[in-house]
Amino acid sequence: MTSQIKRGVSLYSFQNETFQEKMNLEDCIRTCAELGARGIEVIGEQSFWGWPEVGVAQAEIDNWHALIKKYDCVPVSHDYMLDYKRYKGRPMPFDEQVASVKKDIDFGALLGVPYIRSLVSIAPEVLVAAAPYAEEKGIMLLTEVHAPLHFDHPWIIRMAEMFQKSGSPALGFLPDMGMFLDKFPPVWRAKFERLGVPAHIADYIVKAYEDRVLSEYVILEVQSMGGVGPAIAMAETLRHNAAYEPKRMLDYMPMIHNIHGKFYEMTADYVEPSIPYGEIVTVLNQGGYSGYICSEYEGNRWIEDAEEPDSVEQVRRQQVMLAKLIGESEVPALKAAA
Amino acid sequence: MMDKLMIVEDSLTNTEGGFAFLGRLPYYRGLGLSMVEDLQITIDGEAIARADVRFSVRGKTYTLDQMETVYDDRWNFGEKATITALKPGGLAPGKHTLEFAVRNRISYLPFVPTTKCVKELALAA
Repeated sequence: MTSQIKRGVSLYSFQNETFQEKMNLEDCIRTCAELGARGIEVIGEQSFWGWPEVGVAQAEIDNWHALIKKYDCVPVSHDYMLDYKRYKGRPMPFDEQVASVKKDIDFGALLGVPYIRSLVSIAPEVLVAAAPYAEEKGIMLLTEVHAPLHFDHPWIIRMAEMFQKSGSPALGFLPDMGMFLDKFPPVWRAKFERLGVPAHIADYIVKAYEDRVLSEYVILEVQSMGGVGPAIAMAETLRHNAAYEPKRMLDYMPMIHNIHGKFYEMTADYVEPSIPYGEIVTVLNQGGYSGYICSEYEGNRWIEDAEEPDSVEQVRRQQVMLAKLIGESEVPALKAAA
Repeated sequence: MMDKLMIVEDSLTNTEGGFAFLGRLPYYRGLGLSMVEDLQITIDGEAIARADVRFSVRGKTYTLDQMETVYDDRWNFGEKATITALKPGGLAPGKHTLEFAVRNRISYLPFVPTTKCVKELALAA
């Protein structure tokens, strides 16, 4: 089957480098372009200082467009946050939340993206209220379906029903592939071992995860094994992660317009040990998905205590894997440094 | 995340009435100042009182209580803020153990995270 899937990168992937000013916006976009990952996703307030409370200078927006043009890339998504806990001790009023989403719709339009990403905790009522404005601006609001939530969770089902009932074409989903966590990630295990989790407890948790044992049973068992502190924390990761099935996306395919290619580690032989990308791409092809898979490297926070993350190499490896899975003949490669 | 990067190396200095260092928000994005709940500084085992902490970015300085209602300024992603502790006499020259903890109110998290960094920094004589 010919795949229509396109490759992209969320600049979230390079956070360790950009935080330390080892890479700037141009370095990020050039890297993606060299890898043939032409779709660019940003977290607005990560890539653009000042957003949203202070605002962003027009020169910064102009620079973004110049870079996108220079490297022949495509703006895909602005991931916004909506800080509804902005006020200490009281939630942000409904109308203000809607106004805040509209502000991010405007920012997305300024960046020229077709999508802005909504966090899964944002109430569907807020999104439905903002949808007509999004339609006006030619922007879609995509709720990120992210572990521990998943496509069979009542919150997501209710959201999908409300989106459909609204009749607005501006409402949809952006699934994060971390919800299809098939195996316990080796980089998680290694981090917990560095924090002092004994090998036999780590072995048990990894095996119990593969056996799909209910998280609460695993936590209890770790307690009975004498596990404390980091051992309990390692077991508790099972509360927030599970091996949901990629095929659950099929029911929602018409509402899925962007995908976060979450990964925790890419090995030297181009394998993500914990997330089943082969199966994921097969399902997406079956559903006729024609949007982007944007690399989202999240191994950084699991290894940074022990080693400096090499986000560019990690993204390169994932892009090689994705290109192969979607049937591209060329292997993505970085240009040799001048 | 970014725990080890919170305290900027070689940034410890004495100031008039205390000492200061450069601090970064341990997060993959920035944050509006009203959502920074607390900045805790401990120097050589001595905790600095909340009222004696000052936060400065881009020429503006805030107390922690003031920050709670600041809705028009941010601590940007990776931005080096000057964190000042009021401590009469400042610090003696030489090495000091600095502990810096940040507590944030994050809308989508079902808990209130505190991230801590400990570093030994030398104060220039």
